[in-house]
Amino acid sequence: MQFDATMLSRWQFAFTITYHIIFPAFTIGLSAFIATLTGCWLWTRDERFHDLARFWTKIFAISFAMGVVSGLVLSYEFGTNWARFSVVVGNVLGPLMAYEVLTAFFLEATFLGIMLFGHNRVPRWLHFLASIMVALGTATSAFWILSANSWMQFPDGYEIKDGIVYPVDWWKIVFNPTFPYRFVHMVIAAYLTTAIVVMAVGARLMLAGLYRDHARIMLKMGLGLALFLAPVQILAGDEHGLATAHYQPAKLAAMEAHWDSDEVPALVLFGWPNEKTERTDYALSIPHLASLIIEHEWSGHFKGLKQFAPEDRPPLVPVFFAFRIMVAIGFALVGLVAWGAYLWFKRELDRDKLFLHVAARSWPFGFLAIISGWMVTEIGRQPWVATGVLRTAAAASPVTATEVTISLTLLVFVYGIVFSTGIYYINRLIAAGPAPAIVHTPDPGMPSRPLSGATHAAQEAAQGHHV
Amino acid sequence: MAIADWVLPVIWAGIIGTAVTMYVILDGFDLGLGILFPFARTEAFRDDMMTSVAPFWDGNETWLVLGGGGLLAAFPLAYSIVLPALYIPVFLMLLALILRGVAFEFRWASKPNHRFWDLAFSGGSIVAAFSQGFVLGGMLQGIKIADGRFAGGPLDWLSLFSVMCGCGLVAGYGLLAACWLMMKTRGDLAALARRLAGRLLIAVAIFAALVSLWTPIRYARIAERWFSFPNFLFLWPLPLATLALGYFVRRWIEEGAEFKPFFGVIGIFLLCFAGLAISSYPYLVPPSIDVWQAAAAPASLKFMLAGVSVLLPLILIYTGFVYWTFRTRLGPGESYH
Repeated sequence: MQFDATMLSRWQFAFTITYHIIFPAFTIGLSAFIATLTGCWLWTRDERFHDLARFWTKIFAISFAMGVVSGLVLSYEFGTNWARFSVVVGNVLGPLMAYEVLTAFFLEATFLGIMLFGHNRVPRWLHFLASIMVALGTATSAFWILSANSWMQFPDGYEIKDGIVYPVDWWKIVFNPTFPYRFVHMVIAAYLTTAIVVMAVGARLMLAGLYRDHARIMLKMGLGLALFLAPVQILAGDEHGLATAHYQPAKLAAMEAHWDSDEVPALVLFGWPNEKTERTDYALSIPHLASLIIEHEWSGHFKGLKQFAPEDRPPLVPVFFAFRIMVAIGFALVGLVAWGAYLWFKRELDRDKLFLHVAARSWPFGFLAIISGWMVTEIGRQPWVATGVLRTAAAASPVTATEVTISLTLLVFVYGIVFSTGIYYINRLIAAGPAPAIVHTPDPGMPSRPLSGATHAAQEAAQGHHV
Repeated sequence: MAIADWVLPVIWAGIIGTAVTMYVILDGFDLGLGILFPFARTEAFRDDMMTSVAPFWDGNETWLVLGGGGLLAAFPLAYSIVLPALYIPVFLMLLALILRGVAFEFRWASKPNHRFWDLAFSGGSIVAAFSQGFVLGGMLQGIKIADGRFAGGPLDWLSLFSVMCGCGLVAGYGLLAACWLMMKTRGDLAALARRLAGRLLIAVAIFAALVSLWTPIRYARIAERWFSFPNFLFLWPLPLATLALGYFVRRWIEEGAEFKPFFGVIGIFLLCFAGLAISSYPYLVPPSIDVWQAAAAPASLKFMLAGVSVLLPLILIYTGFVYWTFRTRLGPGESYH
């Protein structure tokens, strides 16, 4: 590996986008959850829903802020580090990103103000509407950015003149062939991840013996949604895999570590793909199973890696392992929610200590699966930045390795501070739990905003004054 | 050249110009509050300053995303030349915006141990404003291009001129923020803001005068634009209007007027922006890439224009609605909660 400006820019983009995706994934799900809670409160008048909506809104505020600032970096990195990419595909991808800003970013950022601070200023229905707008904005943002990303995976609806991409058919560009699969898979991932987090927080508070009524609601709402989404996600992932087999065969071959097109592909459970010897070392595999999964045939065939010139293959090891991590987490989550459903059915959900301990620690798994999945799709696209149109090596900016080293070092440093602090505060908010609303008196000494109310509670909790 | 091919890039230059102007005004007072932080002696002042902008900062910053995303979409060539040329100031700005942006949440969450986030908010705002000055200066002084790519060195943007632009923007944003506080707060904080506004106005006047004199002396094309016949016949009202507005803003600040200083300063910003646009026209990347060379394919510009003509008015309406919702003045210690 040569650490020139291009390689450093790849590391920088990988670092910034990996960090970034955690927050949109969480806020897509959380905004919808908060809107649901607010709706439940308005519908049932049960104050516990209100407490929960306020509780999660504080966590949302911190996550959203981290998502906004880390996303801002990305919208400039296309120019600072990938100038050639911007010129070659700007005609097609630029408009998709512009539509994302216009339809999604302004909607969420603007209505967020009302969602966070509008409690006493606007009627309840309008406050509810603002939370729906924020949820809508986050999902719309996913629509456009996944359309743009999927176009890079398999471009369609364009022509090339003098090395520059020109749009021919906008419908084909926006709804490019792999987009529906990726969009469905990602949006489910976001909602599933959030459902698991909500369930985990419910389990944690239940174990701590704090706000048990609220904790029970979270357990059931999180588990209930995950119970539906976890199996559906496996199906959606399978469909996505079939599309990959069709449109990006080199990526699929790397995911499955399948070398010879003539052999019936086996499902490699574990192994180490060796790029030099062109075989998978220490392979533990089940014959015929990959054929059955991908081709839905006992003795089907799909292209092996040897059919692609070495310079056209993606890096094998990260794609191979990231894919296995994602799939393993997917099935583990199905197992977890099935266990939870069994306990729920037996009416022991809130008493089974072992389940609650496992559930409380399950919160990071959705995020890990999302990051692994994106590693599969992005590293698997290599060596292309836009498949068949532009190679990553030809996409970089005329900047020096020193500049990129400086920016990457500073980014790691700043993100390190911001990320660890954010997690620390979110953890403190969760530990304090969804404190019921204090009856409002317009007293100048009152906490000045939602967070500071939470902070007060968090500090008390930290000092051992349990409410 | 077909009419559409001529008009579309001009319309888009107008749209990007609008986004940048909206950003400079809205995030200007927002960043300005961080610039004024060191002058706020008490914690109560700092709390009130942050509360006054808390519901808006996310929306304000989104105009910067539109500026960046819009430039990529409408003028990909300009985007691909300007950003590598200004690599270091752009990243300085982004990092500073991260630190001051999360400070809005972290500062409240960390109380009473929030000194670090006070520093992050203030330092981040100052560095972000200064970097934007580097970007402005770096663009005005021209970017070295060969073969449609940036062909200069990593520190080309750094000059006495760009440092001066940085100081000018810091003073300008500070002035906007001081006038914002005169409008949005009461009592001691409003009085402090009024004193600061008077001084910052003088600083802004000095920097604006320096830029106005420096650029035509240094760059023949800018002198030619302003002083050749018949241009100066049309253009002389612009500097005159700026001077007159500066005089009125000074009076309004002294009187302690509520709204007039803030909107007056916005007027000064708009006039300066118009001046810079006149100096640079028709170049998007001075001194060689013009609006038409840099433009995206007509099909792309049309596709986006369809959306923008509906969405941009809608965005302005609901942005206005949020500002209207939180329109009241804040008393000391009061909040939007």
